[in-house]
Amino acid sequence: MSQFAFSLVSPERELFSGDVDAVLVPGSEGLFEVRAGHAPLMATLSPGMLEVHRGGTVQKTFVRGGFADVSPNGLTILAEKAVAEAELKGDVVADEKALAQKTLGDSAADPDAQLDAQRALGTLENF
Amino acid sequence: MPSLKDLKTRIGSVKSTQKITKAMQMVAAAKLRRAEEAARAGRPYAERIETVLANLAAGLTPGAPGPKLLTGTGDDKVHLLVVATAERGLCGGFNSSIVRLAREHIIKLQGEGKTVKLFMVGKKGDEQLKRLYGDLVVERLYFTDVKSVGFDQAAQVSNRLLEMYEAGEFDRAHVFFGAYESVISQVPTALQVIPAEPPKGADADQGDKPPYEYEPGEEEILESLLPRYVAVQVFRALLENAASEQGARMSAMDNATRNAGDMIDKLNLQYNRARQAQITTELVEIIAGAESV
Repeated sequence: MSQFAFSLVSPERELFSGDVDAVLVPGSEGLFEVRAGHAPLMATLSPGMLEVHRGGTVQKTFVRGGFADVSPNGLTILAEKAVAEAELKGDVVADEKALAQKTLGDSAADPDAQLDAQRALGTLENF
Repeated sequence: MPSLKDLKTRIGSVKSTQKITKAMQMVAAAKLRRAEEAARAGRPYAERIETVLANLAAGLTPGAPGPKLLTGTGDDKVHLLVVATAERGLCGGFNSSIVRLAREHIIKLQGEGKTVKLFMVGKKGDEQLKRLYGDLVVERLYFTDVKSVGFDQAAQVSNRLLEMYEAGEFDRAHVFFGAYESVISQVPTALQVIPAEPPKGADADQGDKPPYEYEPGEEEILESLLPRYVAVQVFRALLENAASEQGARMSAMDNATRNAGDMIDKLNLQYNRARQAQITTELVEIIAGAESV
């Protein structure tokens, strides 16, 4: 399978950079998968698990807020917050859950934000 | 002429001051390394978001009413100056030089008949500007107990900025901070954050490649991207500021350590002279006494 360049960056650091086989992205309009040769696309993210497939292994990362930018050069995810699955425990999960709960309470008028918060809670439930 | 004992205590006190400045210098050096790393780590995100914004902005129909954050309010009356300084002193002219630049801007803008508002980030700058322009300060934010600036702090600043912008409290916002060039050189800089100016030439990445698909629409993306862009700009300023502060402190403390060393040398010389003089007088007295017997 042909590979393509993928990088995952958060404002504080670059979490991943390299060639991968496929990436499953939680877009705000639905989950989508990017493989080599994908048409240029710009999408906003909703909170969820980003799955990076690379040589038979799958690496999962929790992302919240940001963009996916598919260009001819590869895929870049600009995430406001990105936490690797292994680090997703204790305080981090509690903080994220609290944030989602707060959004849920604050944004009664905004169905998109409500949906996002619910997705975040759903993803975090297992941790 | 100070006595021997006086000199000895002075030497002792200068020595302990030197120890403190030396320690501060080393702490600043360690923190500087970390701050530099943080600044470097934040760069990919900032670069990517700039490219994305430049792409989107280039795709907008010129003349069409775009988002307010990009095109401005159409007015140029009220200027908000975000002055970001350090929380602590003892870092040479770092805080003062930022404050000076801000003050020059205030005077210039007021001379042009514009309204100036201030948003102080950091305690030291606030203390310096309070006396002259205390009534212009509309917002203060201190990060006194934050160990190292993260994106959360930048988001705090930018959220407040966006709130105020939405409420129509200002037309233009600049951030003042010390841009980090090297350990010995920090340049106070003014950066316009609102309205957002996408950097020129950053869209070389895609050129006339196949057009993008947008999910959801182009405008929705631009709308959620612009606030983030502002936050990233603020974050960059804060990171540079943190590195600059440590760099300035390091060189200031290096100077102080050297000065203390010079002072110790001088005092030691004085001490030895005084000691010798005392011995000479004692000898002269003994000889004179012996002769008279």
